[in-house]
Amino acid sequence: MALGATKGSAETPDGVLLAAAAVSKRFGGVRAVEEVSITVRRGGITSIIGPNGAGKTSLLNMISGFYRPDGGTITFEGADITDKRPAQIAALGIARTFQNIALFGGMTVLDNIMLGRHVRMKSGVLSSFIYWGLAQKEEVAHRARVEELIDFLELQDLRKELTSALPYGLRKRVELGRALALEPKLLLLDEPMGGMNQEEKEDIARYVLDVNEQWGTTIILIEHDMAVVMDISERVAVLDRGRKIAEGTPAEVQCDPHVIHAYLGGHHEEEWAA
Amino acid sequence: MTTAVTLPQLLRRNAETMPDRPALREKDLGIWQPYSWSRYWEEVRDLALGLAAAGFGAGDKLSVIGENRPRLYFAQLAAMSLGGIAVPVYQDAIATELAYVLDHAEISVVVAENQEQVDKILALKERLPHLRLVVYDDPRGLLTYADPILKSFEGVQGAGREFGAAHPGYVETAVEAAGADDLCLFSYTSGTTSRPKGVMLAHANLLIPAEAFAASEGIKGSDEHVAYLPMAWVGNSLFSLALHLRIGFTCNFPEKPETLRRDLREIGPTMALAPPRLWENALTEIMVRAADATRLKRGVFDFFRVVAERAQARLAEGRPVPFGTRLLRALGEVFLYGPVRDQLGLRRARIVYTGGAPLGADTFRFFRAIGINLKQVYGATELSGLCSVQPDREVDPDTVGLMLQGMEVRIEDTGEVLVRSAGVFKGYYKQPDASAEAVTEDGWLRTGDAGFVDRRGHLVIVDRARDVGKLSDGSALAPQFVENKLKFSPYIGEAVVFGDARPFVAAIIAIDAATVGNWAERHNLPYTSFQDLSARPEVRELVGDEIRKCNNGLPPATRIRRFLVLNKEFDADDDEITRTRKIRRRFVAEKYAVIVDAFYDGAPDVEVSAEITYEDGRKAALRSRLSIGDVDDPTPPTAVRARRAAPAPVAAE
Repeated sequence: MALGATKGSAETPDGVLLAAAAVSKRFGGVRAVEEVSITVRRGGITSIIGPNGAGKTSLLNMISGFYRPDGGTITFEGADITDKRPAQIAALGIARTFQNIALFGGMTVLDNIMLGRHVRMKSGVLSSFIYWGLAQKEEVAHRARVEELIDFLELQDLRKELTSALPYGLRKRVELGRALALEPKLLLLDEPMGGMNQEEKEDIARYVLDVNEQWGTTIILIEHDMAVVMDISERVAVLDRGRKIAEGTPAEVQCDPHVIHAYLGGHHEEEWAA
Repeated sequence: MTTAVTLPQLLRRNAETMPDRPALREKDLGIWQPYSWSRYWEEVRDLALGLAAAGFGAGDKLSVIGENRPRLYFAQLAAMSLGGIAVPVYQDAIATELAYVLDHAEISVVVAENQEQVDKILALKERLPHLRLVVYDDPRGLLTYADPILKSFEGVQGAGREFGAAHPGYVETAVEAAGADDLCLFSYTSGTTSRPKGVMLAHANLLIPAEAFAASEGIKGSDEHVAYLPMAWVGNSLFSLALHLRIGFTCNFPEKPETLRRDLREIGPTMALAPPRLWENALTEIMVRAADATRLKRGVFDFFRVVAERAQARLAEGRPVPFGTRLLRALGEVFLYGPVRDQLGLRRARIVYTGGAPLGADTFRFFRAIGINLKQVYGATELSGLCSVQPDREVDPDTVGLMLQGMEVRIEDTGEVLVRSAGVFKGYYKQPDASAEAVTEDGWLRTGDAGFVDRRGHLVIVDRARDVGKLSDGSALAPQFVENKLKFSPYIGEAVVFGDARPFVAAIIAIDAATVGNWAERHNLPYTSFQDLSARPEVRELVGDEIRKCNNGLPPATRIRRFLVLNKEFDADDDEITRTRKIRRRFVAEKYAVIVDAFYDGAPDVEVSAEITYEDGRKAALRSRLSIGDVDDPTPPTAVRARRAAPAPVAAE
C-alpha cells in the first residue's frame, strides 16, 4: 500500500516507529520469546503470524508493557520504552485490544469508548465532579471525538446499549473503538477476528484498513486467518516456538520454506503455494 | 422575484423569506444538526456551480443513490437549478437493474452516498456511455481510489465557488429562466409487470398536487416531517421535495435506518407517510412484545385493545359510544394507547398516511383504535404521487378517500379507475407507445386499478384491474383483499392467493421469520434455518389455524381451501416482489406453476425448485419437497351470513 508515509508528524530518519531488538521472555523454563527483533514502519500494517504458542501475544504484551522483557530493548519513536509501565506506554500513544474481550459489561457502548479517552483527560476528580467550566468543556470535546468513532464504527444504534448484551462480533468492534479513542500512533490488535464468521471478518478487515487510511495509524495485527493477513498486511513476521523464522512482504513469506515447514510440518509445499 | 413555480425557485424564495428557520435537520455525531433555508440554498447553489463547471447543463440527467440524506437533496435540486433532471434510484437495486435504469436515463452524473454505492457505479462504468462524473458524499474508504471520474462532494462545491466567482449570478439566472412545465424528475416505476419505466414529471406535476394536498390536510410551516423512505419512491419526492419546499416545514433525517425508531421518538413528527409494510411490521412487533409480556400485562393489553376496537367500530358506524366504554377508553389512554403511540414515536403526530399499496383492514383499525389518525391516500407514480385522501371525519379501511381539489375520477366500463389532474405525468421516457397507452387523448390516466366510487363520493380500490378474477362457479375474487386479510396474522409475512378460473381458492404463504421463530422458541420447537422452520409440520398447522381464522371473515366462496408454506421469503432480488414490496402476481404464478397445479390436482405434496439470487447477482437453486395443507370448511356455505359486503361490486356489476 502506498500510504501512510506522509501522514506521521515526527518522522524518524528511517521511518521506523517501533523497533524491538533481540527481546526475550521466559516463564520459568519456558522460553516464550527468544531474541526476536522486528521493526515497524510508520503508517504500515504489520502482521505477526505463527502457530499457537509461538509467542505472538507475549511479544505484544512486551510492547504494551504488560510484560517486562528479560533481555533486549524496545524503542518507540526513538525512545527506549523497555522498562515503562502499561499506563505510561498508553500515554505515549500505543493502544491495544485483547484476544479475550476486556470490556466493562455493565457499562454502555458509549461509556466504554469514553473510557479510552481517560489518558487524555486533564481535569481532576473535584472539577469533574462539579462539572463546570473547563471540566465541562473538556468532556464535550472528548464526547465529540467519541461520536466520530461511533460514526466510524457504525455503532450509532447501540450507543446506549450495555456491552454485555451485545453479540461477540459487536463487542470486538466496541473494543476497537475504545482502543481508537486513545488516538494511538500505534494500534496493537490481538486476534481481532478470532471466532468470527466470514462476513464479520471482512467487516473488521475493512475497519482496520479504514483506520490505517483515514488517520495513518500504524497497526500491528495478530491474526490466524491467512487470507485476511495476506490481503491487508504490508509486512508479515512469522514466529515459531518463540523465534522469528521469517519476515517480509506477504508474497515473500508465503514462499519461505521455514514458514511452510512450521505451518504444515513437512512436505506440503505445493498445497501452501496453491 | 416573480411567483415561484419551480422547485429551485421555491427554495430561493424560502431562503429569502425565512433564511434562519431550519429547513432540514440531520442527526449526525449524535446531535441533531440543523440546516437553515439560506444554507440549504447555498449548498444547492455551490453544487450546481460545480456541476456547471463540469459541463452539466439543461436537459442533462443526474442520479442520486443512497439512503435519505440532505446531500442527495442538494444534488437533485442542483440538477434542477441548471434545468437538468434528477433521477433518484433504489439504493438496494441489484447491478443489472441499476445498469438498466442508469443507461436508459442517459445519466451523466451520479451522486452516491458512500463507498458501497460508488463501488456499484464504478463496476458498471463500462456499460454507462453517458457517465462523466461520480460524486461521493461520505469519503470513508475512498481516499485511495484513483478513478478520474470520482470527485468528492466538497471538491465539486469548492470548484463551484471558483466557477461562481468568475460567473456571477450563473445559477440564479438559470433558476429564474425555468418554467412550471419544464421536466425536473424521472421517477422509475418499480414495475410489477415489466422493466422499470421512466415516469417524466415537471415541476407543476409535483407542486400542484402538493398544494392541493396541503390545503386539504392543513399542513403548515410548523410541522415536523421525518424523511426515511426510499429516495426513489415518488411519495418521498412529493413529501420531502415538493411539499417541503412549498410549505416550508422542517424535514428531519435519521442517523441511520437502524436508529429510525429512536430518532422518531426524539423528533416527534407531526405528520408521517409510510407504506403498508411498515404498519404491518409495527403491528407485528407490538403483538410479539405483548405475547412475550407477563400475564398481567398481556391481560391489560388485550382488555384495552378490545375496548378501543369496540369504541372505534361504533364511531365508524356513526353511533354514540356508551359512557362506560368512553370511561374505559380514557383509562386505556393512560395505560396502553398513549404509551404505544409514544413507543412508535407518533405521540405528536396529527396525521399519518398509508399509501402505495392497500393496507389490511384489521391493521388499519388497530392503529385508528389506539388513537393514531391513520388515513389512506391513493396515487400513482404517473400521478406524481397523490390524487385522493380521506377527510378526517370519514375514515374507514375500505376507501382511499375523496379526490383532491382539481382532480377528477371516472370509472371505465371495465371497472378501471381513470384520473385526470395536474399531476398526470408527461409520458414515459423514450417510450411513446407506452405513454399513449397510459393516458387517453383527453388527458385521463389509466391507473390499471379496478374500483368504484361509493355513495359519499369516496374512491374504493378493489385490486389491480387485471388481477380481479372469477372462480369457476362465477363468484368474484379480488386476490389482494384476501391476501391482506391473511397478512393481518402476525405469523404470515406474505401471501399470494390463486383462484381465477379455478374451483376454489388456494394460497402460497411465506411465514414471518421473526414471529414464527419466536413462536417456535416458546413452544420448544428447534429449528436451524428459515427453510427448516417453514417445513415443520407444526408450523404448517399454525398457518392452517391462522387461515381458518381468516376464512371466518371471508364470504364462503372465496375461502381458502388449500395452502402451502413456502421454504423462502419473497424477495425483490428474485423479482417476486417489487422494491416497494408489491407482489408480482403474474411472475409468482409462473415461477411456482407446479405448486398451483398441485393445488388443483389434489396432490399431497409437490417438488419445488426455487431459484435464489444473492445480493451480488449470483444464482442458486433451492430444491425440496413441500407438503400442501388442507383447510376443511367446518360450516356449509349456505349457513354463513356474509358479515360485510366483500369488495365484489366491480366484478359483480
